[in-house]
Amino acid sequence: MGNPRFGKSRKYVSVLSCVLLFAGLLAGCGGSNKNDSASPSASASPSVSASPSESASPSATESSKPQDKVTLSVLTDNSQDAVNVAKALMDAFHAKNPNITLEMETRPSGSEGDNFVKTRLSTGDMNDVFFYNSGSLMQALNPEQNILDVSNEPWQADVIDSFKQTVTMNGKLYGAPTNATMGGGWFYNKKIYANLGLTVPTTWADLTANNKKIKDAGITPIIGTYKDSWTSQLIMLADYYNVQAEDPTFAADYTANKAKYATTPAALRSFQKLQDTVGYMNKDYLAANLDSGIKMLAEGKGAHYPMLTFIIPTILQNNPESINDIGFFAQPGDNTDKNGLTVWMPSAAYIYKNSQHVDEAKKFLAFIASPEGMAAVGKVSQPTGPYVIKGAVIPDNVPQVVKDMLPYFDSGKTAPALEFVSPVKGPNLPQITVEVGSGHRKAVDAAAMYDKDVEKQAQQLGLAGW
Amino acid sequence: MNKVWKRTYTYYFLLPAAIIYLIIFILPTFMSFFFGMTRWTLQDWTYIGLENFKTFFQESSLNIGFKNTFIYAVVTCGLKVVFGLLLGVFLTSKIRTKNYLRSVVFFPTLVSTIAVGIAFSTLMHPTEGLINTTLASLGISGPDWLGDTRIALLSVAFVDVWKGVGFATVIYIAGIMSIPEEYYEALQIDGGNSWHKFWNIILPLSRPATNAVIILAFIGGLRSFDILWPMTRGGPGFATDVIASIIYKQYQAGFYGLATAGNVILFLFVSVLAFPLSLYLNRREVDL
Amino acid sequence: MIRSIRRFSVEVAAVLASVLIFWIPLYFVFVNAMKDKRGASLQSMAWPASNHLWSNIREVIQARNHMLIHAFVNSAMLTLFSIALLLLVCAMAGFVMQRRSDRVTPWISFFVLAGLIIPPAIVPTIWVLKNLHLFKTMLGLIMVEVALAFPFGVLLYRGFMGAIPREIDEASVVDGCGGFRLFFQIIFPLLKPVNATIIVTSSVAIFNDFTNPLYFFPGSKNATVQLTLYNFMSQFVSQYNLLYTNILLITLPPLVLFIFFNKKIVAGITAGAVKG
Repeated sequence: MGNPRFGKSRKYVSVLSCVLLFAGLLAGCGGSNKNDSASPSASASPSVSASPSESASPSATESSKPQDKVTLSVLTDNSQDAVNVAKALMDAFHAKNPNITLEMETRPSGSEGDNFVKTRLSTGDMNDVFFYNSGSLMQALNPEQNILDVSNEPWQADVIDSFKQTVTMNGKLYGAPTNATMGGGWFYNKKIYANLGLTVPTTWADLTANNKKIKDAGITPIIGTYKDSWTSQLIMLADYYNVQAEDPTFAADYTANKAKYATTPAALRSFQKLQDTVGYMNKDYLAANLDSGIKMLAEGKGAHYPMLTFIIPTILQNNPESINDIGFFAQPGDNTDKNGLTVWMPSAAYIYKNSQHVDEAKKFLAFIASPEGMAAVGKVSQPTGPYVIKGAVIPDNVPQVVKDMLPYFDSGKTAPALEFVSPVKGPNLPQITVEVGSGHRKAVDAAAMYDKDVEKQAQQLGLAGW
Repeated sequence: MNKVWKRTYTYYFLLPAAIIYLIIFILPTFMSFFFGMTRWTLQDWTYIGLENFKTFFQESSLNIGFKNTFIYAVVTCGLKVVFGLLLGVFLTSKIRTKNYLRSVVFFPTLVSTIAVGIAFSTLMHPTEGLINTTLASLGISGPDWLGDTRIALLSVAFVDVWKGVGFATVIYIAGIMSIPEEYYEALQIDGGNSWHKFWNIILPLSRPATNAVIILAFIGGLRSFDILWPMTRGGPGFATDVIASIIYKQYQAGFYGLATAGNVILFLFVSVLAFPLSLYLNRREVDL
Repeated sequence: MIRSIRRFSVEVAAVLASVLIFWIPLYFVFVNAMKDKRGASLQSMAWPASNHLWSNIREVIQARNHMLIHAFVNSAMLTLFSIALLLLVCAMAGFVMQRRSDRVTPWISFFVLAGLIIPPAIVPTIWVLKNLHLFKTMLGLIMVEVALAFPFGVLLYRGFMGAIPREIDEASVVDGCGGFRLFFQIIFPLLKPVNATIIVTSSVAIFNDFTNPLYFFPGSKNATVQLTLYNFMSQFVSQYNLLYTNILLITLPPLVLFIFFNKKIVAGITAGAVKG
């Protein structure tokens, strides 16, 4: 605007000013969104471990006759682990089926990713195969319209039942597990436990007593990482084994709008337990994120970390020296006899219903759901729990912290987390649990608020009874 | 207007703009009034009347959303006016580092918003962040800027001002420099000091600039969540939720009807506050 | 004498304050982009023991099949085409809006002003784009950017047009110019100052835009540079060094623009205005 030849400079200036600031506004409108995962499972990409089962029965995937070259496109979330797992599966499958080329596309993880997948499906251009959560998140995808029914595939016989129920809707099966399970519970530092003479708690009262002793000894009892707000839900979600142990029909009643968190004592307990942890967390729990929480745990700066076992590979990678100082136990209930583990099911591979390459995609799923596929996955990351494919076993050389989970599985004392058995999960749970965990909201109030929150989800899904 | 001029200034000139603007902006805006009253999956919808609006007002975090939106807009707008004016005055005075300072103040407006948000949330970390470690070395124990529910919103507003004050300053510089020399000369003859110069000349005569800053910063503040989102995502809990972030969360959750209803509410909220304000300021400007 | 000392000290204080308030955050990003993963996770201001900037840049560029390069191409195309279209439609509309006044014009002004205030309705926009088969296309995103930038663009042109004397139009019409020739041959060349303003400010705004590409142009092949920040923010491997390197790289274009057009943006505006 070197030298406007015309007068009325004042006017020009004010208009110009307007424009400049509006440009600022526009620039300002550029929002920014990190992936905020509404649920641990939404982001957790459990790493799966090497099951060196060379003997793996070469599944029905064997490329029988060389056909035309086909390209399958595969969608996975962009966390490093998910990318590694997808790549391992794709490479191993391609090695066996040279005429099928696979192309990977990545998407954001967390709730951003949920939205991405939903948008893709609703606009009718989903990839041939997509990796996505099992359980309620999958049920929210309107599977009957969007996902290919794979109930009658032969490999379903190799999948364990507790996983199957998480990819089932209206009696039809939709996915193949891409990973191992993971547990949701409490990591603890064995050195601190040994120094203070503590024992692994089997009731909530014992755990609270331990926390007191640890705090009195000047150590942070519980690591809080509320910057990643989804991590604040762990205590509440990992309590589900205890909820269903007390009230076995809760999931069904809850889905049918007959049971509420605020009015079911066993369920309300989950929020109360979270409330009990107020005051036991590290000073910067509101600013710490998952990454720093893992570091604190590994470096012994906190005694407990309520978390999913998918962080084990990260510990192994960043702090291999301290992996043996770390143990794991299930979130205790109020009764020693009913102590069991809440389990998160792996995500699954799904076939897009309108895919042009259904046969090849089915082959790929069959490969994934075989011990061989799990072995391929296992080569790129560490185990976080047992597999859900029969014949795929976790190797003996896994760290003790993984083995800490096995007794619960061996004695049958596990239950899938609520989000795998009920489609009802409110989007605001992370915010609500942050408020409870930071002492800004009481458990009863929070439970009622959450009941209100899930209502919208249930209505959006069109569930009966809401 | 005669025929020649009608033909010369034909409305065909408006056609390209009108097509894009009507289809991409006006049409969705009108449609939002309808879809706000549905339960919507993008594929199909169910009409549910005012249910979404009711839900939106019952949502306990929405009350705080209104309040926070208003506080945020007032604070950012106010600070931008004050700092913009002061910087504008300072940067039009006779100083040697004028060009350097102008550039530095303006630069943050060019940086990506998300980058600014990320960088500042690390700087504001309560124990490891640079701000508090510096304060600690001076013996001051700094607050948890983004974690303390009482100040988190103000911390975000501060970053917004940091990024946006450059625009306000440039507007003021333009406004102040367009004040004719004669006024200053007259003041010198009358023997006024620099305070008089500021109070009696610069302040009243940079009125158009002030109006522009107020309107733009205020509307921007009401709609803003771009800095807020990477820094707090509405948290801790719901403490820094503004209407725009609440809408975004409903969108993420897949509640398209509810998100659209939120959009309508934001639209009404902004209109109710911004139209009267802009009318008021414009009237005052004409009086001048 | 005392006054000049005072003035000098004020100026020194201002420069120091500018370093503290504006340079330190930039320095922080820069210095951490030079560190390795462990070093950057400490988030300190310390100068790195060894310089990892080049290897970080290489890693950032190679990440996800060179996504950053695709993203730069996308962002460049988006910015260029949006600006070109924006200039054209705004100038044409501003011309008629300023020159004409009849029963329709107040309504046009009303709709344009409303556009400055109303927040865009995002989900319905997606729906409209989808039905036009423009969703997830570059053209669709360009239209969105143009539509959202249109109101203030047109106001600027309208304001500036008021300073172009009508006598010019009259003379041309007498010479037998039609509306289009008048506009493109006579008026448009006179609009250079406004064009420059829009180019500089809108290109920065569009280049830095994050929300609109996220909503209307999803997909990793479609990513724009702002979306590449996703790559390094996956939540359990925080690669701060790469994140900061990425921030640094995507800030370069605005920085270059700023260095070249600094005068135009800051000094130019004010000097031009005061002399005019």
